[in-house]
Amino acid sequence: MDVNREVQEKLVGFQPKLIVNQPGHYCPGCQYGVLTRLLAEVIEELGIEGDIIGVSAVGCSIFIHSYLDIDFIDALHGRAPEVASGVKAANFGKKIVFTLQGDGDLAAIGMGDLINAMARGEHLTTIFLNNANYGTTGGQMAPTTLIGQKSTTTPHGRRDDVEGYPIHVAELVTSLQNVVYSARCAMNTVKNVNQTKKALAKAMRIQMQGLGYGFVEVLSACPSGWKMSPMDSLEWIEEKMIAEYPLGVFKDETDEAAEL
Amino acid sequence: MSKKMICTGNRAVCYGAIDAGCRHFFGYPITPQNDIPEYMAAELPKLGGIYKQTESEISSINMVYGAVAAGVRAMTSTSSPGFSLMQEGVSGIAAAELPAVLVDVQRGGPGLGTTQTAQMDYFQAVKGGGHGGYNQIVLAPHSVQETYDLVQTAFHLADTYMIMVIILMDAILGQMVEQIKREPLDLGPVPEKDWALKGKGAKGGQRNVFSTMLLFPGQYLPYQTRIQEKYQKIKEQEVRWEAAFSDDAETLLVSYGSTARVSLEAVSRARKENKKWGLFRPITLWPFPEEALKKTARGARVVVVEDSMGQMIEDVRLAIGDRLPLHFVGTLMRHQSGSGGMIFPERVYEEVCQWT
Repeated sequence: MDVNREVQEKLVGFQPKLIVNQPGHYCPGCQYGVLTRLLAEVIEELGIEGDIIGVSAVGCSIFIHSYLDIDFIDALHGRAPEVASGVKAANFGKKIVFTLQGDGDLAAIGMGDLINAMARGEHLTTIFLNNANYGTTGGQMAPTTLIGQKSTTTPHGRRDDVEGYPIHVAELVTSLQNVVYSARCAMNTVKNVNQTKKALAKAMRIQMQGLGYGFVEVLSACPSGWKMSPMDSLEWIEEKMIAEYPLGVFKDETDEAAEL
Repeated sequence: MSKKMICTGNRAVCYGAIDAGCRHFFGYPITPQNDIPEYMAAELPKLGGIYKQTESEISSINMVYGAVAAGVRAMTSTSSPGFSLMQEGVSGIAAAELPAVLVDVQRGGPGLGTTQTAQMDYFQAVKGGGHGGYNQIVLAPHSVQETYDLVQTAFHLADTYMIMVIILMDAILGQMVEQIKREPLDLGPVPEKDWALKGKGAKGGQRNVFSTMLLFPGQYLPYQTRIQEKYQKIKEQEVRWEAAFSDDAETLLVSYGSTARVSLEAVSRARKENKKWGLFRPITLWPFPEEALKKTARGARVVVVEDSMGQMIEDVRLAIGDRLPLHFVGTLMRHQSGSGGMIFPERVYEEVCQWT
């Protein structure tokens, strides 16, 4: 091992085996890369890389298969929970199936799909990346856009009397009995990144144990859509997004929770 | 196993699917196809299969997409408004080149329309109701027995060519009762599904990916070329049709599905009266039997009988060219003005007599 490599490893740690080494298409400061890495670590640590199938959604998650070396299928806009239900059924419930969806995909066009998949008793895991706008298409208003937040379709800022209020999905889904776990995390600090990893692992374990649906919302920076620098974006998450979308576990019906 | 029984066309869909090894069905209620999902809901669990009731036809087709990508024979059924809702998913399955089967028991449109019979989804099924330039095999049975056989054929063709196969029925065919011989067809082997999503552990660590966004440089035209080559191969190898009394026909009726039965009755009457009428019945609506129709029609007067305002007639005109006279007997020739109206053989006979 050369010195540079050793130094690098000390600085940034190991590279998960499941990460495909190739240049990414994500914008500078985008946190899809962080999330991809966390998923790779969680899947490796749980030892499920041979039994897991990912469903990516229309939006910036669509090419995650380029970076994460597991089985993947992409879904039409909003339909990831349905595609995941089909994959799960075809494998007679024996494989781990998750969806990775952005806020336009999940909370607008795909809200009905998510709620119905949960209500239908599916044992799936949904990872919901909330960056408060439609990133892929250039920064339009999403259901999660904050009041006052400028987007290309709310050029003067979102107004509650015109465009309504931001939607809180992690809280919303807790009323569904089949949802065993619902949490909201962020990736703007090291502590929050670690918390996100724990939540992802938990949501996967719930499916492995056949307990029900696991849901993790992750607040994520979109500097291109927000027209901010990467550093400012992280601060904006801390100051504005977390104020609107509190972090935490909103539902946990596992035995571990009962023991605590 | 070979069993004589009587059943409806809709039930024959279920028998055909089950005998073809389909164990996954995703359904949503809509008239006049409800007895298909109802029977599958009752029977599939007994066979170790899975029935899921979805929240919409959009959901049904996307579950089919997920299930067939994981390597099983899966299907859905619907009727016209639901078929419209499915079209984006149908286009998606075409893009992913996955083998799926979809049954459309047509009802009258447009919009909510009626709950009773019609043949108005021809364009949508045959020309590609969804976006983008794709094709799918469309099979049109005209009897309960043929429905049972063609559903099995549909699964075989889907697996052979990695393509969506539509069974285009109508309410009459779905609801009518006939005797069938339930004898599973031996259609031969199909390619192994080593691309199925089962987790990469199932393939010694080699993963499978279905990605239908074609944004990378150099990806788009090779893809288009490849699927067109496949469509061309299907056009060359899978055209199906049937003709009756056509050898010396001076008047040739062209019809599919339940109106083909009506037409055959009109032709039989004409033959008794020494009129030289014949029938040409496309079984594959895509690929359309162009060459066969052209040869069969020769110098005949051609009449399309279809319970629509005129859809298949466009493909018939393309096939026969502009030299032969072409007439149409359609929805306006029904026996009454309500949704329960039907085109009866007597009316077909009378209409055609006007022109001959």
